[in-house]
Amino acid sequence: KETEFMIRSECSLRHSASLANKVFIQRDYTDGTVCKFQTKFPSELESRIERTLFEDTVKTLNNYYAEAEKIGGQSYLEGCLACLTIYLIFLCIETRYEKVLKKISRYIQEQNEKVYAPRGLLITDPIERGMRVIEISVYEDRGSSGSSSGSSTTSSSGR
Amino acid sequence: MSAVMITRKVTRKWEKLPGKNTFCCDGRVMMGRQKGVFYLTLFLIVGTCSLFFAFECPYLAVHLSPAIPVFAVLLFVFVMAMLLRTSFSDPGVLPRALPEEANFIEMEIEAANGNVMAGQRPPPRIKNVQINNQIVKLKYCYTCKIFRPPRASHCSICDNCVDRFDHHCPWVGNCVGKRNYRYFYLFTLSLSLLTIYIFAFNIVHVVLRSVDSGFVNTIKETPGTVLEVLVCFFTLWSVVGLTGFHTYLISLNQTTNEDIKGSWSGKNRVQNPYSHKSIIKNCCEVLCSPTYPSVLDRRGVMLEDLSSPTPSDASAASTHQSSNPVSQTTKSSAPLIPNEHTPDEAKPGIGSGTQKSTSSPKEEKPPSPTSPNAVAPAVIKESSH
Repeated sequence: KETEFMIRSECSLRHSASLANKVFIQRDYTDGTVCKFQTKFPSELESRIERTLFEDTVKTLNNYYAEAEKIGGQSYLEGCLACLTIYLIFLCIETRYEKVLKKISRYIQEQNEKVYAPRGLLITDPIERGMRVIEISVYEDRGSSGSSSGSSTTSSSGR
Repeated sequence: MSAVMITRKVTRKWEKLPGKNTFCCDGRVMMGRQKGVFYLTLFLIVGTCSLFFAFECPYLAVHLSPAIPVFAVLLFVFVMAMLLRTSFSDPGVLPRALPEEANFIEMEIEAANGNVMAGQRPPPRIKNVQINNQIVKLKYCYTCKIFRPPRASHCSICDNCVDRFDHHCPWVGNCVGKRNYRYFYLFTLSLSLLTIYIFAFNIVHVVLRSVDSGFVNTIKETPGTVLEVLVCFFTLWSVVGLTGFHTYLISLNQTTNEDIKGSWSGKNRVQNPYSHKSIIKNCCEVLCSPTYPSVLDRRGVMLEDLSSPTPSDASAASTHQSSNPVSQTTKSSAPLIPNEHTPDEAKPGIGSGTQKSTSSPKEEKPPSPTSPNAVAPAVIKESSH
């Protein structure tokens, strides 16, 4: 499961690194209440990861969420069928949103493995934070300059 | 590692959720706090329908058509299903911010506000976002420590922020929000139909019987009819009116909360930015949009940090709360800079910044116990300028 992977990777990072900081990517509400995250590159990550990689990740996530929340033929069908069966059908089948959420968690796991963990970063699935933020944990190698409380000095926020 | 195997009950996340909800069936069922009126609703619906099936249906099935009781049963089942679905599901509760996120937001606010002169009131915590060419103000919630997403509101009865908050319905015993609004609407709609149906067939039944045996005898034979007519009569006005009101709201893509506050009433040329300007599109969005999953993960298992059991961990695991987790976790866990706008309930949070490591989700297991403490004095230091 994705969360087991997170714990394992966190443990392995912990052995060689310590949690320095957490960056929170906020929601972008300019298109309304659909789930969409800001693609603005936070300054805390400037030295850790390339801007394009980060933006790709966020844009892909936004596309996934847009796919999940799309109102169209399939959602009407699902809604009508569910209503006719007084919503008992959801005991048997998965909703489209749940299917896309699984895709998202696989994608995040893959991104963590390939892109973020090698750079000492870890992305938390937004669903674990109430779909409010994408939390990126920043790890630093133990024994390097002790800037563990770096969060207090970075007063310029990533807004 | 300890050689003693301690068998302890698995702690699920619902037991540690802040807020004043009631949980049943090991977290599968989630309701608001006051359930008395909900039981009354159940009693009225079940009671009236039982009277209908007992007194009217035998006569009508024989003299008119057997389809009448069959349709009544279907309608009754639908009404009950919608009621239970509305009452027992998560309305779209937004979980509270964890300490790191709360701190991050606090620092953003501090940075945005700049220096506040001593004695001067700090500005209210509001974010402006532009949605469809309309400026919408997002307010900060002091209880949940988040900026509320658009259309979300904090329910004081359940003590939660709810997404697309409509209202807290005592009849249903729960908040009505994004996830259960369509069930609520279908409930009121089907209940209106059921009430009209029972009322109509009561009249038909009384008329038919009176033709045979006279009015007074009819009442003597089926005393339940009087009761049903009374209940239906009073229910009709309220439920049908409510259904009409919500149909109007749906066609405009508004919530009850917005309607009461007059958010989009048109003064100052403020328009509803969420409306698609077409009744059909609005209805489709509200009633046929995809079913949103709950972000609460009520039945997730809380993993205990077995390698370093702290006293608080052990006590949290062994003392599992029963259905009402109104625990001491409701109060703030992040150090909050008090200002004029901090409600009194949040102020005591300054002292209690160190607890709550137990309720953080799995991957949050305090990797460096120093990090919240390292940030806390820094934040408080910044405030004393």
